[in-house]
Amino acid sequence: MIDNLWLHPGIILIAGALALPLIRGTARKTFMLIVPILAFAAVMQMSPGFFGIFSFLDWELTFGRVDKLSLVFAYIMTLMCIIGTLYGLHVDNPYEVMASWLYVAGSLGVIFAGDFLVLFLFWELMAFSSVFLVWFRSRPESLASGFRYLLVHSAGGLVLLAGFVLHYQATGDLSFNQLDVGNPTLPIYLIMIGFILNAAVPPLHAWLPDAYGEATVSGAVFMCAFTTKTAVYALARGFAGMEILIVLGVIMALYGVVYAVLENDARRLLAYHIISQVGYMVAGVGIGTELAINGACAHAFAHILYKGLLFMGVGSVLYMTGKSKFTELGGLYKKMPLAFVFTLIGGLSISAFPLFSGFVSKSMIVAAGFDTHLYWASFLLTLASAGTFLHTGLKVPYFIWFGKNNCSDETWNKACDPPLHMNLAMGVAAFLCIFIGVYTPYLYNMLPYASNYEPYTAYHVTEAMQILLFTALGFFIFVRKLTPDPVISLDIDWFYRMGGRAFMLSAVRGMDYLNGRGQAILVQTLPAILNQFFKSGPARLCLLVIRPLWQLTGVKINGQDGAEQRFMDTFSQSLFTIASAAIFTVIMLMAMLFFVTRAGV
Amino acid sequence: MILNIIEYLRTRLGLLIRISWGVLILLLIFDALLLDKTKAHTWAEKLPGFWALFGFLSCVVIIFLSKWYGKLGITKHEEYYD
Repeated sequence: MIDNLWLHPGIILIAGALALPLIRGTARKTFMLIVPILAFAAVMQMSPGFFGIFSFLDWELTFGRVDKLSLVFAYIMTLMCIIGTLYGLHVDNPYEVMASWLYVAGSLGVIFAGDFLVLFLFWELMAFSSVFLVWFRSRPESLASGFRYLLVHSAGGLVLLAGFVLHYQATGDLSFNQLDVGNPTLPIYLIMIGFILNAAVPPLHAWLPDAYGEATVSGAVFMCAFTTKTAVYALARGFAGMEILIVLGVIMALYGVVYAVLENDARRLLAYHIISQVGYMVAGVGIGTELAINGACAHAFAHILYKGLLFMGVGSVLYMTGKSKFTELGGLYKKMPLAFVFTLIGGLSISAFPLFSGFVSKSMIVAAGFDTHLYWASFLLTLASAGTFLHTGLKVPYFIWFGKNNCSDETWNKACDPPLHMNLAMGVAAFLCIFIGVYTPYLYNMLPYASNYEPYTAYHVTEAMQILLFTALGFFIFVRKLTPDPVISLDIDWFYRMGGRAFMLSAVRGMDYLNGRGQAILVQTLPAILNQFFKSGPARLCLLVIRPLWQLTGVKINGQDGAEQRFMDTFSQSLFTIASAAIFTVIMLMAMLFFVTRAGV
Repeated sequence: MILNIIEYLRTRLGLLIRISWGVLILLLIFDALLLDKTKAHTWAEKLPGFWALFGFLSCVVIIFLSKWYGKLGITKHEEYYD
């Protein structure tokens, strides 16, 4: 069934994940390192072609479409899996590691999927395994945040599935290739919405800072790499040249930057910058030229490394001190100098400093924009890159490692550089960030299209240096203005957080009301009426006969001392009551029986 | 070692700031006089120091626009959702 012994790297990770809880002691740590390396090796020895083709019902499912586009993503994702697992080597909960590997397996499954059915299977695996990386933080907030994450991704998955079904109905074809983006139909839009939800395109983005800010220390390192970049792959595969993506990408790039200014939590700030950086990739896919697609892939590659590095650097501060808010940190360069250097390298890479990875990848997308005369898009993306340096390159290192020392005594005493395996993982990522920036053929030879793009021209380097250094000037002039406040910023998740509350409140209130009314009618009012009916029924029947006689005799009938009241009093106290009530009940029952049997006929 | 370098630089902060200003000015001079701008995409880029101004203004616009946006009622106290 599997052609030429083709081994899906996802299968290695799934098998490893299932075996992991069975292995105990120090052997588990060794096993944790071997499995991702095996997955990486499986990707390294792949050659282009179609593998793992199975027949299922009427369809032919392709698990292994290997070409340059899928290879570059699979390469960086399995590499990041090694780095992330090394970083999380201290994690004692085997199920957390299991969740991360299943999550990576989901991403790899999507990347090698040749048709929509296989893609959907792994797409859902990603959502349902990654949510545990939030839940394992085991705070009440993480539980709630995980449920919101799952809610949004389930909704997105359903939209995607609807798109696939309608697309299949319209074309009879399930294979996952470039879609007809020139004449988009409803199914194409639905598939696009499903993809861009995972790429965190506003207004479908709020799950990202919500969940990533709340995930475990090593969980966030995994999450920042896989969901959005898998979506970028899916968009590059199916939606190259879809023009609306240019607009959405530019909005993303700016949106993330604006929220980063307001953010006080370092990990949430980094999460908003994921939105901003993925914006470049989405815009690149929208531009759709060979240079732009190359740029989107290169930027995804570089982004996975530097964003992983940044989450590892800030994560190590959280791991050591338990804090991630700027208003509870500061001045830590004395205590955590190594973490500072690594975070700074990540910051310079994301800011596209010459000789760092972002410089050789981001500029391809901006250049592709200029080449296709999309000046507005290129200038706005450049503006956003100034914001990137402002926050990730300057604000994060400055307010954690320098600036005003807001650390409590406890935080200060706990702070020191993280354990060896964390430093090693950060060291590998930092090395690759610089290596990519210095030796461009390493990355450029992996890209889907051959190109002769050269980032290191005098003009481009001077342009980048001017933008960056004068942004730095602005930062130091307005540094007081940028001092974070202990606040949160409302985002689109307000609608479903508050909407959820309104629903809960209305449900609770509604149920309460219904319950109360039910109690009143069925338990109190109705039995009282029935009781009254059966108790005074016979007496009232007798009254029907007696009342005309009284009227004839002319006695006083109504009132407290009237004949009727006296009759009722006597009636209720005599033995006759019991007998008459019994007879009355029997008559009533027979009447009921009569009507019931009549109704039966 | 890293700590020593940082401390060394911090004790000479004044000098460091003067060097930084020097770098900014040299960069502007290089841009205005020596740089080959035939690869520029638009006419505006040919103005001397265009990207320096662009970078600085971007920074200012982002800071003030975001703060203004935050004041519209977007920023709330930390216990808002509790």
